[in-house]
Amino acid sequence: MKRSKLTDFIFQKVSAVFALSAVAFAILILFIITKEAFPAIKNFGFPFLFNTRWDPVKENFGALTFIWGTIVSSLLALIIAVPISLGTAIYLSELAPSKIRQPLSFLIELLAAIPSVIYGLWGIFVLVPLLRETIQPFFAKYFGFLPFFQGDIYGVGMMAAGIILSIMIIPTIASVSRDIFMAVPHSQREAALALGATRWETIKLAVLKFSKNGVMGAVILGLGRALGETMAVTMLIGNRPEISLSLFAPAATMSSVIANEFTEATSDLYVSTLMEIGLILFGLTLFLNIIARFLVWSTTNKASFGK
Amino acid sequence: MKNTIITNNLNAYFGKTHAVKDINMKIGERVATAIIGPSGCGKSTFIRCLNRMHEVIPGTSVRGDVLLDGKNIYDGDVDPIELRQKVGMVFQKPTPFPTLSIYENVSVGLKLNGINKKSYLDEIVEESLKKAALWDEVKDKLKASGMSLSGGQQQRLCIARALAVKPEVILFDEPCSALDPISTTKIEELIQQLKQNYTIVIVTHNMQQAARVSDWTAFFLLGELIEFGKTQEIFTNPKDKRTEAYITGRFG
Repeated sequence: MKRSKLTDFIFQKVSAVFALSAVAFAILILFIITKEAFPAIKNFGFPFLFNTRWDPVKENFGALTFIWGTIVSSLLALIIAVPISLGTAIYLSELAPSKIRQPLSFLIELLAAIPSVIYGLWGIFVLVPLLRETIQPFFAKYFGFLPFFQGDIYGVGMMAAGIILSIMIIPTIASVSRDIFMAVPHSQREAALALGATRWETIKLAVLKFSKNGVMGAVILGLGRALGETMAVTMLIGNRPEISLSLFAPAATMSSVIANEFTEATSDLYVSTLMEIGLILFGLTLFLNIIARFLVWSTTNKASFGK
Repeated sequence: MKNTIITNNLNAYFGKTHAVKDINMKIGERVATAIIGPSGCGKSTFIRCLNRMHEVIPGTSVRGDVLLDGKNIYDGDVDPIELRQKVGMVFQKPTPFPTLSIYENVSVGLKLNGINKKSYLDEIVEESLKKAALWDEVKDKLKASGMSLSGGQQQRLCIARALAVKPEVILFDEPCSALDPISTTKIEELIQQLKQNYTIVIVTHNMQQAARVSDWTAFFLLGELIEFGKTQEIFTNPKDKRTEAYITGRFG
């Protein structure tokens, strides 16, 4: 009796320590980054966020070009990935025969397991030549009146980064959306069908409306992944800290500048500046993830309530 | 009496499971017909064959004929989408669409048919809610979510939703099994009224309910129709021993 009580006590405490250690690491990382970034925050102040200069020689640093690069490449990824992902999720949850559903879900989730350096490699040797020789000249010729498709064509640049990011976030958005669609009570679909709704109307009325918030959450989870993605983007974006409306132009993101320049950062202020950029990125992704989790949670919660 | 629905050797399957076996039934116009029987006897499956809702479940199949006003609804030229507007259905649990308002819940069936004229929709919404005995309770909050109503009100909202598309037949699949006694009474009173204008088929496992609301009763057991007759006769003078055993509470 006594012996089992003691082992249970020890087991409970030890597992609690393990569980808390992950949280402790996250807090510790946040603390260290903040501490290391502090000299840069003190030196540049608030204008750091709006300064477009990046001059390591004169130590004149601003984050705006990287914030721009991160946001634009991620939004581009969303524009491409959201329709594809939602179409995939609708097919998997509503239309696919059960024989296809399982293997296809598995394959899509497998996309998320491919290391990002492999996406980058594929991007450099397949996507970039394709963009440079076929796709971008096409856009320049027929849509060249838009500012997004003007300027020199390199292949590498914002468009390449956006496309590779979209492929990388499709599994996230598609699989979370599929789970949300599948959590919609079956009775909702039957109610729509019994009213004389067609298959598409049933999906629209019973499934999509019901899961609006949850899908928004899935999209934000995908966005969070796109914002933080480093390796593939660094390999494809061209790494030129400039703000350009053209999707053909090279750019740089917060994660790509950190990855590229931490070895060259010789001065303390340089290192501290990279830390500050890391802090901004960390805060942004944390914030988006919290919102996304909340939205997903509130929808699946509503679904279980409706059952 | 005119018959609205006639089934000829109707069989329904889930994969290889034979859930409904050779049912021959004549369901009268503008009367309430109750289907009773123990759980798993095929009564819900049977009524889902009457508006072709059985076939929406993967792996199911139907054999035999269901004549609605003399026309077989399983003929190739019958569109199940149109059929389901003629044969409405109310489910076991209230299923209002949670993101739609009360008004939108009632008008959604018309909107699916491309009817968008505001004055017409207003008229039908009011008429349907009145027929479903819900108008007085919701007329001042038509824009509120359907989920803000109580369970019994939600079920009447679903009845109003079914009425709005002007069906000929309304199928009730255990409509009160998730409701409290007071809400149940209201739904039963409503069914009594509705049968003056609509053909009603109600599945119930509550025998008192069948006795109260229906004119005809069918007793199902293990997928077969055991006995079908006037409600009063089924309950006072059943011809089959199994019917008698069920209604006196010896099994089920």
